[in-house]
Amino acid sequence: MATKASRSAARLMMAPAVILLLGWMLVPLTMTLWFSFRKYLPLRGGDLGWAGFDNYTRFVTSSAFWPSVMATLTVVGGVLIITVCLGVLLAILLDQPMWGQGVVRILVIAPFFVMPTVSALVWKNMFMDPTNGLFAHLFKFFGAEPIAWLSQASMPSIIMIVSWQWLPFATLILLTAIQSLDSEQLEASEIDGAPPLKRFWFIILPHLGRAITVVILIQTIFLLSIFAEIFVTTGGAFGTKTLTYLIFQRVLESQNIGLGSAGGVYAIILANIVAIFLMRIVGKNLDN
Amino acid sequence: MGRITLDKVTKSFGETQVIPPLDLTIEDGEFTVFVGPSGCGKSTLLRLIAGLEDITSGQIRIDGNDATNVPPAKRGLAMVFQSYALYPHMSVRKNIAFPLRMAKLDKAAQDAKIEAAAAALNLTDYLDRKPGQLSGGQRQRVAIGRAIVREPSAFLFDEPLSNLDAALRVGMRMEISELHKKLATTMVYVTHDQVEAMTMADKIVVLRAGHIEQVGSPLELYKAPRNLFVAGFIGSPKMNLIDGPEAAKHDAHTIGVRPEHIAVSASEGIWSGKVGVTEHLGSDTFLHVHGTGLGEMITVRAGGEVDFKYGDTIYLTPRADVIHRFGTDGLRIA
Repeated sequence: MATKASRSAARLMMAPAVILLLGWMLVPLTMTLWFSFRKYLPLRGGDLGWAGFDNYTRFVTSSAFWPSVMATLTVVGGVLIITVCLGVLLAILLDQPMWGQGVVRILVIAPFFVMPTVSALVWKNMFMDPTNGLFAHLFKFFGAEPIAWLSQASMPSIIMIVSWQWLPFATLILLTAIQSLDSEQLEASEIDGAPPLKRFWFIILPHLGRAITVVILIQTIFLLSIFAEIFVTTGGAFGTKTLTYLIFQRVLESQNIGLGSAGGVYAIILANIVAIFLMRIVGKNLDN
Repeated sequence: MGRITLDKVTKSFGETQVIPPLDLTIEDGEFTVFVGPSGCGKSTLLRLIAGLEDITSGQIRIDGNDATNVPPAKRGLAMVFQSYALYPHMSVRKNIAFPLRMAKLDKAAQDAKIEAAAAALNLTDYLDRKPGQLSGGQRQRVAIGRAIVREPSAFLFDEPLSNLDAALRVGMRMEISELHKKLATTMVYVTHDQVEAMTMADKIVVLRAGHIEQVGSPLELYKAPRNLFVAGFIGSPKMNLIDGPEAAKHDAHTIGVRPEHIAVSASEGIWSGKVGVTEHLGSDTFLHVHGTGLGEMITVRAGGEVDFKYGDTIYLTPRADVIHRFGTDGLRIA
């Protein structure tokens, strides 16, 4: 697009998409901001006028606020660590030539296509059920006492379920990155006297740096808003109430739209803080 | 020391045998070039020596010690790759230091070696740059630097100049030859370019389909090619190969005459034909002569001043003492 005419034509043609996306973002954002300053109780009188910063102070001073922020960060952090570490290992494994490679790769990617609600229910009922679950049977087989996963180890359970869903994504991106590694670099390092572990550390891992960055960025955005997995398993109990879930409870269970909206604004701020940090740490990785 | 001996070495990928039983000795300090058309197995042979591929049968000895099952790092060889294979996330200094770091050399000794290598290769100003910020020639030198700091018993080069432009290639050719004279270390060099082979080698190994067609010094190969393949491969422009009645006059199935061994004249000569395309290089002129009845085309190298135009009649006279004669089996007749 070199000429002036083609540039303005391009702007004109992009305009509908830009306007649509902008509206899509701006309308809910403005409405959230609007409601967050209103005292709005749908079942108890509806819109009851301005509330000032009441909703904001009530939301943060609630005893559920800080635990929910911590729960959110724990889930995001835990899932990121598990998916990136296992993703790198799985990518290396899948990169090896082996029999039935195509089928294995499809199987590895499959969990990503299962809806969050469905996969959480499958985990809850088929694996983690304390009497009939596979894990319970496994524990009993080895003579151990089955644990009630979702109440006794609720946070690890949630992290496990979400990691299972996101591992394929990480693996897929890391696999394509590993495949783009020039094999001559590995051979050169082999001749240079680097044993396999050092080849991984000095050659493969730095090569994957950018892909790991992308995985972390994209996953963080989606993990900050996980909801279905918590809704169908613990229902926010046993310390698994994330910020998203807290907002949901405020709006629907307490029927307080104003308070929930204020929470939504906090969530936006939290997401942006996390994003800025990530961009700082990770942005360096993306240039060069 | 770096005497490499291949003893009945074979290599098969599955069913296909790429290297049939092959014997070769590379003497210590020798600059040996493997040359051949693409797919002739020359790179595979180099990778077998490096240990990047396992040999199917036979034995590789380095300085008399069996190295057949020795891992690449322990063979004491250094390799320069076609893509340079520099580590993109490390600075030039770290790239050159990598083999030293792997050998757990102490920091001071590392630095001394890096400085020395960088000075020898004119890289001192670039030590803190990343490979991505260097030109092709500089990257090539970094790759060589990474090889020399290890003080290997032999260097292996896998088509190191094929990614460089023509002018740079000539310069790097000189630098590598210079390096060989200075270090007096064994070098094994793979190329498909016979000019590189002729200009750099002490010993050329001509390969075709995994077979060694001929081993010898550049001039031996030029003066006495053992068979038609070597005759056609070594020398630029290619030797004219003529068969039929003209060859029969010399008691041969095929005769070969190099373009530079044919005298041209506008009035008299043994063969006559029409001038086709002429390539003026200033110092030389390459004439493509058609319609001589000797085959499709005869290439002639004449002086820079000859003045023949497209379609002119030209008379050619080959130098009788340098006509190569080949039998029906393609082998040279002494």
